Amino acid sequence: MYKIVRKRELNPTVTMMDVSAPLVAKKAEAGQFIILRVDEDGERIPLTVAGFDRAAGTVRIIFQIVGATTMCLNAKKEGEFISDFVGPLGRPTETEGLKSVCVVGGGVGCAIALPVAEKLHGLGCKVHSVIGFRSKDLLILEDEFMASSDVLDVMTDDGSYGRKGLVTEALKDAIDAGEKFDRVITIGPLVMMKYVVATTKPYGIDTVASMNPIMIDGTGMCGCCRLTVGGVTKFACVDGPDFNGFDIDFDEAMARASMYASFEKRERDKACNLFKGVM
Amino acid sequence: MAMDPKKHEMPLQDAKVRAHNFAEVTLGYTEEVAVAEAKRCLNCKNRPCVEACPVNISIPEFISEIKKGNFDGAYGIISQSSSLPAVCGRVCPQETQCESKCTMGIKFEPVGIGRLERFVADRHNEKSEDEKIEVRSNGKKVAVVGSGPSGLTCAGDLAKKGYEVTVFEALHLAGGVLVYGIPEFRLPKDIVRREVDTLKKYGVDVQTNVVIGRTKTVDELFEEGYRAVFIGSGAGLPNFMNIPGESLKGVYSANEFLTRSNLMKAYEDDCRTPIMHAKNVAVVGGGNVAMDAARTALRLGADHVYIVYRRSMQELPARREEVEHAEEEGVEFHLLRNPVEIIGYNNSDDRKDPMNGFVIGIKVIKCELGEPDERGRRRPVEVPGSEYVIDVDCVIMAIGTSPNPLIKNTTEGLEVNRHGGIIVEEATGKTSRECVYAGGDAVTGAATVILAMGAGKTAAKAIDEYLSGE
Repeated sequence: MYKIVRKRELNPTVTMMDVSAPLVAKKAEAGQFIILRVDEDGERIPLTVAGFDRAAGTVRIIFQIVGATTMCLNAKKEGEFISDFVGPLGRPTETEGLKSVCVVGGGVGCAIALPVAEKLHGLGCKVHSVIGFRSKDLLILEDEFMASSDVLDVMTDDGSYGRKGLVTEALKDAIDAGEKFDRVITIGPLVMMKYVVATTKPYGIDTVASMNPIMIDGTGMCGCCRLTVGGVTKFACVDGPDFNGFDIDFDEAMARASMYASFEKRERDKACNLFKGVM
Repeated sequence: MAMDPKKHEMPLQDAKVRAHNFAEVTLGYTEEVAVAEAKRCLNCKNRPCVEACPVNISIPEFISEIKKGNFDGAYGIISQSSSLPAVCGRVCPQETQCESKCTMGIKFEPVGIGRLERFVADRHNEKSEDEKIEVRSNGKKVAVVGSGPSGLTCAGDLAKKGYEVTVFEALHLAGGVLVYGIPEFRLPKDIVRREVDTLKKYGVDVQTNVVIGRTKTVDELFEEGYRAVFIGSGAGLPNFMNIPGESLKGVYSANEFLTRSNLMKAYEDDCRTPIMHAKNVAVVGGGNVAMDAARTALRLGADHVYIVYRRSMQELPARREEVEHAEEEGVEFHLLRNPVEIIGYNNSDDRKDPMNGFVIGIKVIKCELGEPDERGRRRPVEVPGSEYVIDVDCVIMAIGTSPNPLIKNTTEGLEVNRHGGIIVEEATGKTSRECVYAGGDAVTGAATVILAMGAGKTAAKAIDEYLSGE
């Protein structure tokens, strides 16, 4: 059992938790993920590591309450336990030798982009972060990004905060203004990453996307998380989750991500009824 | 006394009933039947069955105890050689091992050794909940990576000798392929749990949620004071055919399909893990895993389940018993057929059509058998122009696995062959790394439970010899 030592609501649909998992905390690096089960009989869900404290033995997760499992997870209080927490899984984000990077995060993906920005910043790399949200009330981690970025652009779809527009607009403007990026690292919704890649491609800027497909074991056994990258089948859990953005078949990944959409809706509705009055 | 030429039949759930439930197919012998079957054993001098058993169980000896009605004694004899008798009694291919060499089998049907083993183990497990086992520790720590059949066997053998064994399991539950792969109806999970509990009584510490190669490395295990490490991490990533359409929605690897159903209990109504309840399912492959996937799909409510296999029934690698059970339950065999494409729904008028991207068919080509290949199996040769489409809404690929690179990539000096399997000395399971042993599918690629157990046993013996000599 793994204790939730801290819980904080970042916005009405996004929650942060620090979970006591010393073995995972000891090894975790930016870009890796964990798999958890909230309770016995729960489903296994992958969540990217949003931070870690090796001394305290805790790992930070930030999740959006989108389905039945994340609802159950969100119903857990500080001091309570979740039944399984395994990791760190996947390969860490490669940061070696980078001098100037644009980190592009979207929505809850910003939670995962943050440790990447922090790591690069700590290594002395120039970090330009572009974070995007639908609206002001969904904004998360602005102060943290501010602290670990040389330049920060906050974008909202509706213009309720920061600059109105998509992350790709800020990215393109930065490139056109003459900023030289060794690499663009993007983490967020698939459709956003697809367009980030489309934005950088004409400029030939090396672009890495962090993929988060459906997974079960997360250790290279089930093959559920397969993606087509450069025309070859790759497994996000052992070959990724980071891949060369230009090579990823995003349309296929988006289609696969919706495989259980109707099942998930049913489960979410069931869970909503279950938690009525609790939350 | 006249000798009964035939094995006592295994009572089964009716095929029509069991095709719709996940309860165990075979029901097991009663005491009377077990004793009667045991009496068919000639107790012959040369004991060919023992040689043919990968873990060399003293078969005539345990059968003699059954004859006397001493079932506990029989269990004691089996457990000297096997750590998982209730499992082996169910999933071992006895027909190609012990029973294939049975002297009775020369003229008649061989003794039902597997069925007797299962009887003895089940009877023991029914009443062994509270038993305490005293083992004196020798103070030496050994780490076992993976809690599948090879790991559990290695752990059990070493624990019985007094080693302090820790088993590291990546998943949340111990058992490896016994819990994620083999379905409930063939191997009830409660039986695996009991076998694991028995090992715990011998002092084996099972740590779940630890991925060796990520959470800890092999080198760190030595730093923590483990004197030897056994790697039984299993087969690894599923193979695909690299034909068009394999990424469509509704295409599963058998590993994924079975893991969802078995480990994650997606077959239970209230389960939160989704699985597709397809109406028409094609399973590509002809091994035991293919049979398991096909029979699971049937139980999840499919109207038609097709096995698509590129050779003929004669070459089908699955156990005969599994094939027979599958046929009885209604699985249909499309033999001498090879898939060339998986076809998806595509409504070009409405890109938002929720059915877009889901499987609607599998295109197969007819094959004929040509010359034998290097393994002696006749090679399938495609008949040009013979393609046709089978209407299905789900395709399950059960065509083997490739080794997981995780441990190889994080363990310096550990040599692997060109397929990625860990290279070991066959007689000992010793790898290229000092004090590191390996066995099971991580070495051989996808094979059987009992071969993995044999490898775990071999390594346990070698580890004991090595550490005793220190």
